[in-house]
Amino acid sequence: MSATSIWLAMLGMGLITLVLRSSFLLLPNGVRMPSLLRRALRFVPAAVLTAIYAPEMLLQSGVIHFSPDNARLLAGLVAIGVAWRLRRTFLTIFAGMVALHVFGAIIGRFSN
Amino acid sequence: MFPFGLVTGVAMAAGGIPPLEAILMSFIVFAGASQLAATQLLGTAAPVAVILLTAFFINLRFVMYSASMRTHLAGLDLRWRLGLGYILSDNAYAICITRYTQHPGEAHRHWYCLGAALPIWFTWQVATILGVIAGASVPQAWKLDFAAPLAFVAMSVPLLRDRAMVAAALAAGATVVLAGSLPMRLGLVLAAVAGISAGLLVERRAA
Repeated sequence: MSATSIWLAMLGMGLITLVLRSSFLLLPNGVRMPSLLRRALRFVPAAVLTAIYAPEMLLQSGVIHFSPDNARLLAGLVAIGVAWRLRRTFLTIFAGMVALHVFGAIIGRFSN
Repeated sequence: MFPFGLVTGVAMAAGGIPPLEAILMSFIVFAGASQLAATQLLGTAAPVAVILLTAFFINLRFVMYSASMRTHLAGLDLRWRLGLGYILSDNAYAICITRYTQHPGEAHRHWYCLGAALPIWFTWQVATILGVIAGASVPQAWKLDFAAPLAFVAMSVPLLRDRAMVAAALAAGATVVLAGSLPMRLGLVLAAVAGISAGLLVERRAA
């Protein structure tokens, strides 16, 4: 991880976030959002957030790893279950971390 | 807000962002999901352009927010508009828009918004700094880098309240995994497009 890319990412993200958050506060009053865009925007968070975490659980060095010896996948499923039922941020993360270590230990025992 | 800031700080530090840069990032960007995504992408040596594109997609929801805030915040000078733009987190938005809807035409609305947003901002910064300090001193064996994807689970799963939303998430997840071999994590962009399209299609069928 290079220092240059960290700084470029930081400044660029700062600018993008500021512009998007202020967007309609900065546009002239007559500008309206097209209805297709409005409907499409509704799906952006669910789609993008899922696309960010899915590879962390299902891919290993770019290859699909879909099997019971993938502790990250199992822990992810536990976290999804907790988030679905309880909708609590901290509990979801805590349960997922505990599950990662528990499944990691079990899988480690079987593979040795 | 506090737990999420803490987790973001921990994940940034555990993901290899130096403490000073991690803290600065939380001041400059002030958007947890983007900071976490950037951490993961920097860890896989993704190009900065992909990181910025990802931040753009993650933060597109703020366009929706600002569109619905505009009528309530008309006539502010540029300083106020940019200032509120910087500080308007998800939670602050929810508080402000609820108040504006229940008390239309109230005076000093921008001050209400600032008053709601500032404590959230402050809490977030304190939590992130504590998280960065904790994350930098925790051994790698704790695998705290996994807290970042878990935070995304915690953020996204509660959004899945109808079939169209579930379709959007499933399509995006499947696309990004199947496109895993594409260079520079471009699969993420494809996945966003696939997810949005799937959501719109299912929504139209349901209507």
